[in-house]
Amino acid sequence: MRYSDEHSLVYSQRETQISRFRAWVLLLVPLAAILFQVYIPLFFQFLAYLELPLIVTVYFALMRRSPIGGLFVGALVGLAQDSLSKNPLGMFGITKTIIGYVAASVGLRLDVDHPLIRLILGFFFFVLHQFIFWALSRGLLAQQVAFETQRTLVLGLLNAIVAVSLFHFLDKLKERT
Amino acid sequence: METLLTRYRNITVLLLVIFAQLVLLAYQVKNGSDVRLIRVWAVTAVTPLARVIEGARGGTQGFLQNYVFLRDSRAENERMRTELGRLKLENQFLKTELATADRAKALQAFQQRSLSKMIGARIIATATGASASAVFVDRGTTSGVEKGMAVVTPDGIVGKVLAAYPTASQVLLATDPSFAAGVVSQKNHVRGILKGLGHGNCRVDYVQNEEKVETGEWFYTSGDDRIFPKGMPVGQVTAAHPGNPFQEISLDPAGLAGGLEEVLIILEGVHQEIPELKTASEPMYLAPLPPTGAGDNQPASDQAASTGGPNNAPVLPTDADKIREHYKDVSDAQGHKFGDNPVGSKAVNFNLPVKPDEKPPAAKSQAPSATGAAVPKLEPQAKPPAPPPSQPKAPRAAKPDDQ
Repeated sequence: MRYSDEHSLVYSQRETQISRFRAWVLLLVPLAAILFQVYIPLFFQFLAYLELPLIVTVYFALMRRSPIGGLFVGALVGLAQDSLSKNPLGMFGITKTIIGYVAASVGLRLDVDHPLIRLILGFFFFVLHQFIFWALSRGLLAQQVAFETQRTLVLGLLNAIVAVSLFHFLDKLKERT
Repeated sequence: METLLTRYRNITVLLLVIFAQLVLLAYQVKNGSDVRLIRVWAVTAVTPLARVIEGARGGTQGFLQNYVFLRDSRAENERMRTELGRLKLENQFLKTELATADRAKALQAFQQRSLSKMIGARIIATATGASASAVFVDRGTTSGVEKGMAVVTPDGIVGKVLAAYPTASQVLLATDPSFAAGVVSQKNHVRGILKGLGHGNCRVDYVQNEEKVETGEWFYTSGDDRIFPKGMPVGQVTAAHPGNPFQEISLDPAGLAGGLEEVLIILEGVHQEIPELKTASEPMYLAPLPPTGAGDNQPASDQAASTGGPNNAPVLPTDADKIREHYKDVSDAQGHKFGDNPVGSKAVNFNLPVKPDEKPPAAKSQAPSATGAAVPKLEPQAKPPAPPPSQPKAPRAAKPDDQ
């Protein structure tokens, strides 16, 4: 078997693993994630560091395995997040668009059902998200903010742990074919 | 061409979506304005849900606390907290008025000026983002809230309205790095700019190193920013160090201490004076002397009469008055009248004890004059008088210092 055949075989296998969700799941889960972020920190301030909209974006992008679908999910979630933040519209939007696209592209190449892969991806995408947002803040808005590497890494690990648990729960909402 | 587009379809769509958002971002940054419609939609969509959740939470919590745990005391507590907040503001206003003018002037000024018009609001959500220093409150343009209005609590300033929507408003907290307000210190009236640090504390910028700012000193709003009325408490200085080129002053914002639940939005602000610090030179209240000796058994009316002046006004007896009264009792008991005795008559023996029955009733009821009462002149050969019964000193009741 030639390499190109193997390559296409892997792709076709991944294509068959595309998860489908009901419309209400695609609508309510991101909304719930955004509501969680605007409401729960009122009572538990430490939960403000939980980026549930990002985790949800990564999940749908990974499982749908469609880069265009992933980037649109990211853009919509990001813009919704922007509209409830003090930032100009587009900051979270651009960040999560890129994350959605990259996550969907990664989903085509890796077995994203494995918990360890999910943990690593959760960590990686959180750090990437924070870095892109920081770069946009400095580059586009000229804000003199520092990139707190140590803090980002710790929060990335915490978010990744939460992501693995949440992914397990969201798996149950998949449509059964 | 078609094959090329198909091959690079994903990346093309990605670039188009990012480009569209960049245009949106550039429009906002260049014009300094917001795409209000999108935010209005988002806030209007989210706030009813947040209200429902908050209502459900409040209802459940309220039911448990009102009817299961505490019944009436919960309602009473809420009423008293509201009353306490109102009284704190009123007290602050009255204290500043009374500190700067006399009572009549303060009352006159109080009649002429009224307190700031405010509206209460409940915090229903926080803004998104890990380092968000903004919250949403359940009052919007329909309640008269406008962008730029000040948000306070009875303890101090909280922030300002960043955006007002029909049913809710976004409030930028004083701890946000983009927040700024004009402040002035209480003691030396040092002016500066309050800025957030992104976490619990704030800093005061643009204070020259020569200016004197002490740890523990209070800062108040200066009113220069046209947002906060002058005289609102801001916070206490936690640290002040010389810096380059300005002092580095850390401040603990008083309005954000503890969990924020309810705030007041100032619809029409009223400037107030910065309250003056209490100093040692201020007059202090002295309680009256406790009754002593025979006066202990006297009724209150007799005591008042014995210490009354010409117009029966109660006058405190001094030590000199008591010595004079003692001498008079001794001389009356020995039949001696000062000024009417012939030359060579016997001098008064002040060492002899005075018997109660020898004391003429007139002497007892005679009130010593508080004004112009001189100690009688003693004869040169008279022995030194016995010391009067010791009097306890009046307790100095210090005025409670509110600072």
